[in-house]
Amino acid sequence: MRWAWTWRRRCFSVSEERNGLRRGMGPQSSPASADDVPRSLAELAAGTTGVVSSLRGGRGLTTRLLALGFTPGAEVTIMQNRGRGAMIVMVRGVRVALGRGQAAKVEIAAR
Amino acid sequence: MVSHARPESVTVVALAGQPNVGKSTVFNMLTGLDQHVGNWPGKTIEQKIGDCDRGERRIRLVDLPGTYSLTANSEEERVARDFIIRERPDVVMVIVNAAALERGLYLVAELLMLPVPLVIGLNMIDVAEAHGVHIDVGVLEAALQVPVVGLVATKNRGVRDLVDAADRVLADPAAFAPERPTFSRAHGPQLDHLRSLVAGRLPDCYPADWVALKLLEGDTEVAGLVRTAVPDAWGDIEGVLTQHEDAYLDIAGSRYQWVGRMVRAAVAHPRAGVITTTDRIDRVATHHIWGPLVLLAMFALVFWLIYAIADPIVQWLGELVAGPVTSAAEAVLAGAPAWLSGLVVDGLINGAGTVLTFVPILVIFFAALGVLEDVGYLARAAYVMDPSMHHLGLHGKSVLPLMIGFGCNVPAVMGARIIEDRRARLLTILLVPLVPCTARLAVVAFLAPAFFGAASAPVLWGLVAANLLILFVVGAVVNRVVFGGTRTAFIMELPLYHRPNPRTIGLFVWRSTVAFVKKAGGIIIIVSVVVWALSSLPDGDPETSILASLGRLLEPLGALVGLSDWRLIVALLSSFAAKENTIATLGVLFPPDGSGLGLAERVAVVLTPAAALAFLVIQMTFIPCAATVAVMRKETGSWRWTVGGVGLLLAIALIAGTLVYQIGSRL
Repeated sequence: MRWAWTWRRRCFSVSEERNGLRRGMGPQSSPASADDVPRSLAELAAGTTGVVSSLRGGRGLTTRLLALGFTPGAEVTIMQNRGRGAMIVMVRGVRVALGRGQAAKVEIAAR
Repeated sequence: MVSHARPESVTVVALAGQPNVGKSTVFNMLTGLDQHVGNWPGKTIEQKIGDCDRGERRIRLVDLPGTYSLTANSEEERVARDFIIRERPDVVMVIVNAAALERGLYLVAELLMLPVPLVIGLNMIDVAEAHGVHIDVGVLEAALQVPVVGLVATKNRGVRDLVDAADRVLADPAAFAPERPTFSRAHGPQLDHLRSLVAGRLPDCYPADWVALKLLEGDTEVAGLVRTAVPDAWGDIEGVLTQHEDAYLDIAGSRYQWVGRMVRAAVAHPRAGVITTTDRIDRVATHHIWGPLVLLAMFALVFWLIYAIADPIVQWLGELVAGPVTSAAEAVLAGAPAWLSGLVVDGLINGAGTVLTFVPILVIFFAALGVLEDVGYLARAAYVMDPSMHHLGLHGKSVLPLMIGFGCNVPAVMGARIIEDRRARLLTILLVPLVPCTARLAVVAFLAPAFFGAASAPVLWGLVAANLLILFVVGAVVNRVVFGGTRTAFIMELPLYHRPNPRTIGLFVWRSTVAFVKKAGGIIIIVSVVVWALSSLPDGDPETSILASLGRLLEPLGALVGLSDWRLIVALLSSFAAKENTIATLGVLFPPDGSGLGLAERVAVVLTPAAALAFLVIQMTFIPCAATVAVMRKETGSWRWTVGGVGLLLAIALIAGTLVYQIGSRL
């Protein structure tokens, strides 16, 4: 499984993780990530973990995300991300499927 | 409906909880078949109320819609919180999924701000244990200062204890002193200020603390309430709110911090990196290639079950209705006037028979749906289908109503309720009638062999494919034109897989089937009677009936699609009562002529191949049956949308029929 593979790589070095990231990203990933630092959940590769820093988007979407546990400071693990289409993440012990557009609204803290 | 005035001996208990926590299982365990299912007043949200006897007293259990929080974001959340605030149940039982404890306690954090006592049912402890999560119920209870009862609702373990706990709280409500979340660190001064502005000036049922909190969270419904109740202070309030627009992030954060404090000592998590059963199944079920194949296999299995189990029963029922039941009715009505026996035999028995013969197919559909839902697979199906559904402006979940549509469009339209997003729900309801139901497929399968001989199988498949193609095109176009091509937000929990509960599924099948028979049955019978009346009035001869005149009137239009024989037009019109009526009508209008040909062959004689194909295309795409139209109106709550949808299908049928005939007859 690829996510297990990327996860193992993450343990070795940060630069390798970025390689994995770039491979995991599809044509839809935002050009803002040109410096390879993920800015949103959508840009994280499967198997990696990020910490939510903030939420963007309308009130309806953000309150739903908050109730599901995507609050600033929450740790999110990516279970599945093919670089396009919906993805699966784990937040507060629960698997949540997110559309790409929605995942892009969840900002990730820079490490 | 629960009224404000209630007898003293009845205790009202509200059952709250997030989706996927097994709330309905708890409800079913407590009430059994003794439940009333309807809609919340003025809403298309299902309301379930049931009674549970406790010796002398009766407990009335009200099942609130499953909600993740209590903001006014969705209709469900409004319904749930309005009930608690306005109807003031004696106690609220919150069901929390042990495997999603933190998230469940978020809802508890919201409920604790409302002036009702709570008891918490910690459900699916077994599933959590199987996934390595251990919860110390006593420690959790001590932290929350709220009664907590561990449950395995599917095995009826702990459910009675939960009611006992509720009883104890009821016996001494003053002793209920929970550890409530506080928000002083985040926005304490603002909350105090808002509270002082609204205190004492709100309708009785609204607690000022809660209103202040919801105002700061940007809750538009509460804002509207306050603006009417406290018009003079609204300027000040608005000032505070605009200065602290981001407060809702902090408030939600504070709730989760509170949750974190509550669970810290009570929960032991599995060590990281453990691969669970759910992970293993999901590697296949949510895989981008295997996932759709698994879904396809599920569909195939369901259709095979229908073919193997339901079909023989349907045929047997059909023969029973056409044979013994009809002759019995004829015998009973032998002395009655001809119109009466016509009405009963051709109108009522035919109509009722139709409903009856469809029940076995639907039972299998509902059972399959119930099992897949209870196991946790349906969420995966929606996830797997979301990319393709998105192109049509639909939601991943739309795939389920569309699939049920192959069985019958009526429950499919009702099934569109599972889609929270109104836009995607409306579009799904609009597209469902393009899914060919069993009745339409039966008509086409009956006629095609006589029309096309050996080529009938490819023609059949082609017709189904054409319908689905039209569905895709219409979906994409309507989404672009009516909704500006916006995409539906897709956020969905993927529950842990677990063993299905026969009782939950059984009740689901029972209630869905009863709902179908009630809703569709009445309409089908009424419309069958009307169609029968139109085809036999004024003098009992179908050839000179009102329906025949209508068919003759439409002959010029029919000529466009190659149907210049009024009898074919009438057959199509009669399919409005129920799709398979086409055959019954043809049977009446093409009586045996001594040539020894079967019905389908007798019809084939008057049709050129191009006209025959056009006829089948129209049969497949024509306006939905009366029962479907009725539930479309009910579920959309809009005549405009319903009439628009029917008009659209009519246009599609005419255009497709014309194209097929005009092109076909030139080849």
